[in-house]
Amino acid sequence: MTTALLSGTNRTDLWSGSIIDCDVHANVPSIESLFDYMEPVWVQGTQERGWRGPTGPRYAYPPGATTTARPEWRRDGEEPASRLRMLQSDILDPWQVDRAIVNCYYGIDSLRHPDWAPALARSVNDWIIAEWLDKDPRLAASLVIPARDPIAAAAEIDRVGSHPGFVQVMLPVRSERLYGQRIFYPIYAAATRNNLVVGLQWGGTTEDAPSPTGYSSYYAEQYAAETQVYLAQLTSMVFEGTFQKFPTLRVAVMEGGFSWVPMWGWSMNKKWKGLRRETPWVDRLPLEIVRDHMRFSVAPSDLGTVEESKRIVDWLGSEDLLMFATDYPHLHEDSLEKLLEVVPESMRPKLMSESARDWYRL
Amino acid sequence: MNAESATQAPAKPSNRLQRYVVCPVAEFPATGRLIVEINGRSIGIFNIRGEFFAMLNRCPHLGGPLCVGQVLNEIQSTGPGNMTLNTGQDLLACPWHNWEFDIRTGQSYWDPKNLHARPFGVEVEAGESVSEQVSAGSVGRIAGPYKAETIEVGVEAEYVVLSLKAQPRASGAGVAAAGGASGKGAPDNPGTAEQQAHACAIPAVVPTSARAQTTINDRAPLTRAPQTEK
Repeated sequence: MTTALLSGTNRTDLWSGSIIDCDVHANVPSIESLFDYMEPVWVQGTQERGWRGPTGPRYAYPPGATTTARPEWRRDGEEPASRLRMLQSDILDPWQVDRAIVNCYYGIDSLRHPDWAPALARSVNDWIIAEWLDKDPRLAASLVIPARDPIAAAAEIDRVGSHPGFVQVMLPVRSERLYGQRIFYPIYAAATRNNLVVGLQWGGTTEDAPSPTGYSSYYAEQYAAETQVYLAQLTSMVFEGTFQKFPTLRVAVMEGGFSWVPMWGWSMNKKWKGLRRETPWVDRLPLEIVRDHMRFSVAPSDLGTVEESKRIVDWLGSEDLLMFATDYPHLHEDSLEKLLEVVPESMRPKLMSESARDWYRL
Repeated sequence: MNAESATQAPAKPSNRLQRYVVCPVAEFPATGRLIVEINGRSIGIFNIRGEFFAMLNRCPHLGGPLCVGQVLNEIQSTGPGNMTLNTGQDLLACPWHNWEFDIRTGQSYWDPKNLHARPFGVEVEAGESVSEQVSAGSVGRIAGPYKAETIEVGVEAEYVVLSLKAQPRASGAGVAAAGGASGKGAPDNPGTAEQQAHACAIPAVVPTSARAQTTINDRAPLTRAPQTEK
């Protein structure tokens, strides 16, 4: 059976082992589709105001952008990746996945209402349970939170975090503050308390420019430079001592790539050696902390040639860091065939399923 | 290599203990630090709460002037927001990259794997016992990837006495090699391995002053051979 991404190759010819897709998206079809899962006061509030839902998703993923959905995965009159049957026919069945982790970026962070944002998060999580998790045992999911309010976020994690289908708390990578800062401790405490991974996902709302410095002019520019935002958040978590405060915290990085990890790690190591008196809680080389506490999805990979990319994978210094993902329905110019060629043979089962199985306790 | 200095090499310099009177204790600089030059070797001497320590003024990382760096205490932490100063742990931080070295042992301190690894019994003792211990080689040293060279200092009567063994160092090892391999000598390069090996042929006791920079020579200071000379 062939499908998009496989480019005519047979799935089992390409990889005969098991597959866990650690990043497939579920898009909310419309605000009305959440009404069954929404408290009446917010249903009427939505209708009364004629509100169409948070602006965040349209900002992170402009509907018509080629990167937002592969043409094979667009359907007339329907939001891509908005129904289970789409995910099943596009990914779960042709890829014969063991498990897939559903991520719904609905831009709840772009809603500043202190009560509506948590209410909307509850609606989305109940919608994920009812429309996705309960209907296909292959699925696991990230729960969504009102990320700009850590106390409310922790309450939502405790409300639904024990559901066996939820394996991760989604944090949009853009935020008004860096995630290592102590104001976010309630989120990490709740995540570790519920044995959940914290997953950084593309999207989010800042109080200032969405890049680490200044506004970009073009979407392509913003999209290509998104690595900087991931770097800023992960560096913050390393130097703030988040992993010393929460030694069992596991972080997954989605849609952030991984080719930059070695150079970023080396840079943190160098700076730490000379400046570490400032953050004495960072008790070992930052790159060791990265290896112990972070995993990276491979969509996008954005790699160079096979030979160049082999070096990058070698520089990671661990075969455990990468997790296969399609990032359905987004379009990336990656080739799984090439990625499998890049990683050592002993790493391939880890890449395709075992690292995710271990990280998410699947 | 300087051919002339090579021919003047003592037969067995490695077992010879050299002692140098640096200055009266009372005249030791109030800054707690004195950098002296002995036959081309720059050596920093530190008075830390009445105890004296000495360190070769050359960082084993890239040859920086280690003894110009700050003397700091270790900062201990149990987690974010928790910081206490361990005033019992004195570190010398190289001014080039801020890498820290235990002022008592010379052990590199940035790698926390070594943080609590090796307690040392190095103590300064007055009088003749200092020379006996150093001569016998009973003062411990930690081998490590980066280890500054420490030189024991004794207080003999009211004088600060610097004791050091003249140790020939094979090229490619030790302090001199760390700087030489990098190609980045310190601005006040204390000398090549060959020069250091031959530096201390004759014991000398020299009247001292309390100036911050003291030069003690038992012969004309060796100058570094030009790079082009074979």
